[in-house]
Amino acid sequence: MVAMENPHAHAPQGFIRKYIFSVDHKVIGIQYFFLALTAVFVGMFLSLLMRIHLLWPSVNLPIFGVIQPETYLTLLTMHGTIMVFFVLTTAPQGGFGNYFLPIQIGAPDMAFPVLNMLSFWTTFVAFVVIIAAFFVQGGAPLHGWTGYPPLSAIPSAGPGEGLGADLWITSIAIFCVASLMGALNFITTTLDLRAKGMTMMRMPLTVWSWFITAILGLLAFGVLLSAGILLLMDRNLGTSFYVPLVVVNGQIMGHKGGSPLLWQHLFWFFGHPEVYIAILPGMGVASQVLSTFSRKPIFGYRAMVYAMLSIGFFGFMVWGHHMFMSGMSPYSAFAFSLLTMCIGVPSAIKTFNWLGTMWKGRIRFQTPMLYAIGFVSLFVSGGLSGPFLAQPVLDIQLHDTYFVVGHFHLIMGVAAIFGMFAATYYWFPKMFGRMMNETWGRIHFFITLAGTYAIFMPMHYLGMAGGTRRYSDYREVKYLATLMPLHRFMTYAAIITIAAQFIFVINLFWSMFKGPKASDNPWEATTLEWTTATPPPHDNFGGVTPVVHNGPYEYGVPGAAKDYVMQTDPATVSTH
Amino acid sequence: MATYAPIDAIREGQTGRGGSTSTPAPPGGGDDGRGGDSGPNYGARLRRARLGLICGVATVTMVFVSLTSAYIVRQGLPTYDEPTSSYVRDWGGTDLPWRLLGINTLLLLASSVTIEFARRGLARQVALAPVKSIPGVSLGAESKFPWLGVTAILGFGFLIGQGLAWKELHLRGFFVNTNPSSSFVFLLTATHAVHLAGGIIALLWAGITAWLHRPVESRRIVVDITAWYWHFMAVLWIYVFALLGFAR
Repeated sequence: MVAMENPHAHAPQGFIRKYIFSVDHKVIGIQYFFLALTAVFVGMFLSLLMRIHLLWPSVNLPIFGVIQPETYLTLLTMHGTIMVFFVLTTAPQGGFGNYFLPIQIGAPDMAFPVLNMLSFWTTFVAFVVIIAAFFVQGGAPLHGWTGYPPLSAIPSAGPGEGLGADLWITSIAIFCVASLMGALNFITTTLDLRAKGMTMMRMPLTVWSWFITAILGLLAFGVLLSAGILLLMDRNLGTSFYVPLVVVNGQIMGHKGGSPLLWQHLFWFFGHPEVYIAILPGMGVASQVLSTFSRKPIFGYRAMVYAMLSIGFFGFMVWGHHMFMSGMSPYSAFAFSLLTMCIGVPSAIKTFNWLGTMWKGRIRFQTPMLYAIGFVSLFVSGGLSGPFLAQPVLDIQLHDTYFVVGHFHLIMGVAAIFGMFAATYYWFPKMFGRMMNETWGRIHFFITLAGTYAIFMPMHYLGMAGGTRRYSDYREVKYLATLMPLHRFMTYAAIITIAAQFIFVINLFWSMFKGPKASDNPWEATTLEWTTATPPPHDNFGGVTPVVHNGPYEYGVPGAAKDYVMQTDPATVSTH
Repeated sequence: MATYAPIDAIREGQTGRGGSTSTPAPPGGGDDGRGGDSGPNYGARLRRARLGLICGVATVTMVFVSLTSAYIVRQGLPTYDEPTSSYVRDWGGTDLPWRLLGINTLLLLASSVTIEFARRGLARQVALAPVKSIPGVSLGAESKFPWLGVTAILGFGFLIGQGLAWKELHLRGFFVNTNPSSSFVFLLTATHAVHLAGGIIALLWAGITAWLHRPVESRRIVVDITAWYWHFMAVLWIYVFALLGFAR
């Protein structure tokens, strides 16, 4: 450590500057975390209503009454949108990335702290706008989270497609702006604020994952923003970018010549990288936790970095695999198919390296480790169905069935959520200065793991049997009605799994105030956040600037006094 | 196999950041207005701001790349024509006020020149500041020409000119929903104008920093970033102008 006079050592004292409009990346990270926590409960509640409706379509629910088919589509749309944008994009990057990226590279804050604050509050406004869609005339939109026109482009196309849909698009546009500001900050911070000795190849894999995610966000969200503006213009200014000549409710609309496929191309050019925006931080956390709790260096550090870079690179070249059913040229489909399957290679490298990291390790089965293993398990389970969908001939059969729903929920949804759980249990002591309850953590893990498999694995069988997604009532379709027992099983599993999440929330808040005090390095980990006080001071390192001497995963080094060597340990670790 | 060697010999990397063997950068949270304006980390702050600008430029570029893609795709799309029972192109075309747009282009290019003068002038001031602080040393009178103000006026002029071009389009019967071509004309010019308006706000901020007597180094960072952004806006406008002109 190098002692330096720090002009920014003193934290602001006022409540507003300290906790509301704070420019401290740690406070902003926690703000993102709780915003995502709120959003995930909203999204989860919507999914619960959907599952209840599928089993009992005529039940009269308190407050909500009987859920109509169009309301079911609204629930589906808002569940997907809130989960993808305000949970899967917000928590891993905005939450944990904000809190730990500067500390892990030895910086006192993000490169542009005011911009960072602006980024959070813009995200918050986007969330308020999308929630407002529930309360306007006609309610929230029903066009699905992918917002395909012409349905999404014509206000009279259905309930919720009026002001509700305008708010939906506006919210996403605002979210894009917020994400772009965040991405700019992450990239600049990573490239420019690393402490002395923190070379790129000494960065923890979490930092690599946030960095690559930021690059993806920087290139992808601008495209979604453009697409959203065109959609707003079609809806409100009478243009025809996406809308062909259509008749709605017996009326010829004023549009002509537009192409819904244009939206699909623009949307999925963003949409597929978005999958990696959601999952890459989870990969980083899994690597961090697996190495720490296996007490072994990460297996193939450089391969892990290059694999993440490859995944990010290929992520921009495969959007067409979401459009195999759009009538694209078979040659294009072949190219998209081949490129999609290429992503299997770096993904397999990562999986192999995670297993290699655990192999013959002295594994500590504490809650963060359980969730990291759970992440790998879900990543493999959800990932293996990817090559099925990557082949046009199979996708034509499986498209718009529950097979797809099961696939993306396992890999993009739940695996990413497991990454967030691993991150929460792992970093909670550093963030709040106390330990979470281990027993309740394990109970939460086992119920959640079993529950998610019970919900999403049957969806694959459901899809293979021809079970279509987005239908609100299967009773009147004979071949679908026979699949109801599976739906019943999934709904019961969903109710139990959702109930188990309250264990997590109670554990979280109880531990914040009543949990046992945490030491500075309770997991005996090596990266920079564990060298500073718990919780970290305002400038992260209490007036000193760390100097990095070692890689991030030096565990079990022969000759060392302990079984781990901190990154700041002046003794060198050499590899022969 | 990894071994532990208890010696204090750091093998440093070759990169500028992180692996630097020079004195570590002092802690500071970036340009957050929490002090350190004229500190010794001025060069680092300028570099950081430029890096942020490159990211911002990448973002804006992606916005225009996607709009261009949409432009090209939409231009080639056929639509069903009921009277002739055939597919026809409905692109339409737009009768652009070329002379007015040409004048606007000249205004923007001129503003790019004036902001470059402002940027270089401030860079010179920063470079000479240590020399000027030596007692008895005089470097002669410095130019006080308000290049930033001139740039802002030219920028406003460009925006007003674009507004006049819109008015002229309306007089010629072209509105945002007249045909796909006119939709893109309004979309591209408006998107560019919004981004340029951001540049004018940055210019005003640069003026405010001068008025607040902030250290010359801080002003230089604001002006430097604004100038490069402004140049990018000029190049972007040339691109939009060319797209509208050549891909009609």
